[in-house]
Order: sequence, then structure tokens, then C-alpha cells
Amino acid sequence: MSRDATATRPPSLAAIAARGGPPPAIDRPVKIQAEGLNFYYGGTRALEDISIRIHSNVVTAFIGPSGCGKSTFLRTLNRMNDIIPGTCAEGKVLVDGVDIYKPGVDVVELRRRVGMVFQKSNPFPKSVFDNVAYGLRINGMAGSHSELAARVEESLRQAALWDEVKDRLHDSALAMSGGQQQRLCIARALAVRPDILLMDEPASALDPIATQRIEELVYDLKTTYTILIVTHNMQQAARVSDYTAFFWLGRLIEYDRTEKMFTAPAETLTEDYVTGRFG
Amino acid sequence: MTVERATRHFQEELEGLQARLLEMGGLAEERVRMAVHGLVTRDTTLIDTVMLGDELINELHIEIDGRCFTLLALHQPMATDLRSIVAAVKINTDLERVGDLAVNIAEAARRYTNHAPVKKLIDIPQMGDIAQAMLRDALDSFVRRDTGLAHQVLNEDDRLDALKTQVFRELLTYMLDDPSTVEPALDLILVSRHLERIGDHATNIAEDVIFMVSALDVRHHSSNVDEG
Repeated sequence: MSRDATATRPPSLAAIAARGGPPPAIDRPVKIQAEGLNFYYGGTRALEDISIRIHSNVVTAFIGPSGCGKSTFLRTLNRMNDIIPGTCAEGKVLVDGVDIYKPGVDVVELRRRVGMVFQKSNPFPKSVFDNVAYGLRINGMAGSHSELAARVEESLRQAALWDEVKDRLHDSALAMSGGQQQRLCIARALAVRPDILLMDEPASALDPIATQRIEELVYDLKTTYTILIVTHNMQQAARVSDYTAFFWLGRLIEYDRTEKMFTAPAETLTEDYVTGRFG
Repeated sequence: MTVERATRHFQEELEGLQARLLEMGGLAEERVRMAVHGLVTRDTTLIDTVMLGDELINELHIEIDGRCFTLLALHQPMATDLRSIVAAVKINTDLERVGDLAVNIAEAARRYTNHAPVKKLIDIPQMGDIAQAMLRDALDSFVRRDTGLAHQVLNEDDRLDALKTQVFRELLTYMLDDPSTVEPALDLILVSRHLERIGDHATNIAEDVIFMVSALDVRHHSSNVDEG
């Protein structure tokens, strides 16, 4: 069962909490919309009739126990699952109103607009500069060298990495710390100017300080990008997101403002999960 | 960067919470001032303003509770941050009660203006000044995380208690002497009682500040009160 973010409950502490929270973002335009989405790995249905509207320029977190479908759902949003043999999607996923599963969609262009950062940082065995420039070059967006350098710098600044690497842009990216490598991957994703950033457990392999840097980055980036983040860390979802969606056994159980999800969820399953009674 | 440093987002939320508490403290203090001034000058317009206008404080009370509730739920604060938010919840309640007490003072003042003055008011305005100063200092100690100032607030409470006792004794003689003064004198005694309670709330706030800053619980332990 999916629930729209406008769902309300009787006045409660949650209503009180909402007064003190950030202003409602419900008036933001819908950036991504899934309608009746099913997804199959071979004969196994991994997502069941998912319908959800994701608003632009907010952070939406997907939470749920392992195997609940949250990462699978994230990967349907830039068709990253296409590369897995035997998979099949049914239903619609609209990005800016356009169904990304309809025939003729340019998947490369889709993935430029819907960037992705993975759990394990995966820099190329190249220099810091070349990692960030890579997407620009292969997409024909490099321009002159000075334009390219400016874009690389801008991306590294957005990823809060510039000050740490500006003097070693031509050193190997593999020599960086894990946290820096992850921010480099974020810079690489931002370089091609996406609208949407998908983050699949981006901090789960990082230490607390590096995690905090990533969380602060997410907070800053949402003014420019629509961010969707999968995390198995509920506290992280609570800290960084505006909206939270709870998945369970391939179904979207509840979707609402984050403060409501963590203070007075509507569904017993959500309550049991966020209070640690299962999962 | 240290691990202990709160995220910027959280820090901004804490600063917002503090700003709203200060706003509420300022409102509560101003309303106490207006109520006492209305009593002393027999200004019924001023008194009615206090009696009728408690809504802003009540709204802030709910909003601040909501902010604290959300911060606790979403950020799982620890140590100083946790103590700060718990202190904010308690301070919020104290300030709301101060707002109520200002209304109580205004109500007593309104009744008092229906009678001839019992006497020239000297101790009650002084109590009003002390109570307001205690409130101000308690909130300053909150903002500046100044336990020395918080301890001064605790010590000030004794002066307020002594003045309340003095007011009672003095008015008792008036009542014994002239039974027609009983009604207005009782209202003055009530006002002194309300002002003394405002001092108690300021004391509570100061105790919360000490707990917030140093994790020391000085409630009900008068031996700690003379520190600072």
C-alpha cells in the first residue's frame, strides 16, 4: 500500500512536531513519479505495485530491512537494473513527466540526468582531475581545456572536496581516503549536471567523520538537486531527509514527511521498524 | 573537524530553537513588567492588554515543544546536545507558566483597581524588578552557557522570598486594622505570591542551565547554590 505524502492523522505530537519542522515541501513540483511499478529478477517479483511521487529539491530517503526492494527501486529510476540479465519492469516511471521505460528513451542521457553514487566508492584508476572530467569527455561536454578545468573545479567544490585536492589534482584518485573517494564519486556524478542524484548507501562504508561530511553535503546539495538516498541507517535517514519511504517485502508501506515517519507513523509495520522491533 | 561537532544542519536547528526560546522569554518578561506597572499606575488599559493577550506565548509554547520533539526524534542528540534540548523543553514550560502568572497578576490588579489603594506600593514593584531581572539573567545564562550567572539567579530567589514574607506581614497589619482593606490587600498578597512563583520559574531555568552546561543536578541541593 502506498500513501501520498499529504496523508494526515488526527492532531497529535506529530502535528506539534510539524509546526517546528521545516516548511512543507509539498508545493514543490513532482520530479519523479512511479505508477504501479512491478519489477522482476527472473521469476521473482522484487517490487510490487509501487506508486509514489517524489518532489523536486528535497531529500527522500528509502528505508527498510535487507531485501525489501529499496535499492532495486532506486535503480529503476535511471534504469540501472537494465544491465542485469533476466530483469523486467512493468508499470511507469515518469521523470519530469516522461516515462523513462517507453521505447526510444536514450538511457545514456537518462543516466546523465539521473546520476548515481554507490555504496562502495568506485573511482577510476585515473587522476582526480580525469575522474571528474571523465563523464564530461564521453558526453561531449568537455569544451575547451579551461572550460573543462572550470567545470571540474566547480564539481569538486560542490562535493566539498576542492580544498583538499586542489594541489594534487593529477595524483591518482586511488591514493585518497575512502571518504574522499566517495566525495570524488559525487563530484564525478555532479560534473555532468544531473537534475537528480541517486545515492545507494553512500556512507555505509565510511567512518563517522566521513559520514558526517557526506550528510552535510547531501543537506547542501538539495538546493540544486533532487536527492534520493537508500540507507539501512535509520538515524541517517532521519537526519538528512525531508521525506522517507519505508519498503517491506517489495512493497511501499508508508511514505510521508520524515518527521512524521519517525514520530508518529501511520502504519504499524513502520512503527515496528523505526522502533527496532524488527529488521 | 571533530567527531563531536554537530552537523551544521543540526546546529542551525539548535540556534533556531534558542532564538525562539529567547523570543518567548522576552515576551514573558515584558508581560510581567506590564502587569506590575499596570497595578502600580492603576492603568486598566495596560492591565487588560495583559489579561487578553496570552496567545502568542501559548503558540510559542507549542511550537518550541514541536521543535524539541522533532530534534530529539530526528537527530538522536547525545551529551551536551541532548541536555540542551531537554533543558529547552523544561525552560519552555517554565516560560509558559510565567506568561500565565503575568495574566494572574493582571487579574488581581484589575480587581485591585476597583478599590481605593491600600498603601503606596513599594515592595511589590521591587519584587517585579527582581523577578524580571532573574528571568533575564536566567535566559542570558542559557544563551551564554554561563553557570556563574545561573548560580547568581539561584541566590536572588532568597531576596524575593523575603520580600514576599514582608509584603504579607505588612498587609496583615492593614487588614487587622481596617477590615475594608481585606479584599484589595488579599489581591496584593496574591500578586506577591505570583511574583515569587515567577522567581521560582527563573530558578528552575537557572538549574536547567547548570545541568545543560555541566551535567550537574543542583535541584533540591541548597549546598550547591552558593557556587559561582
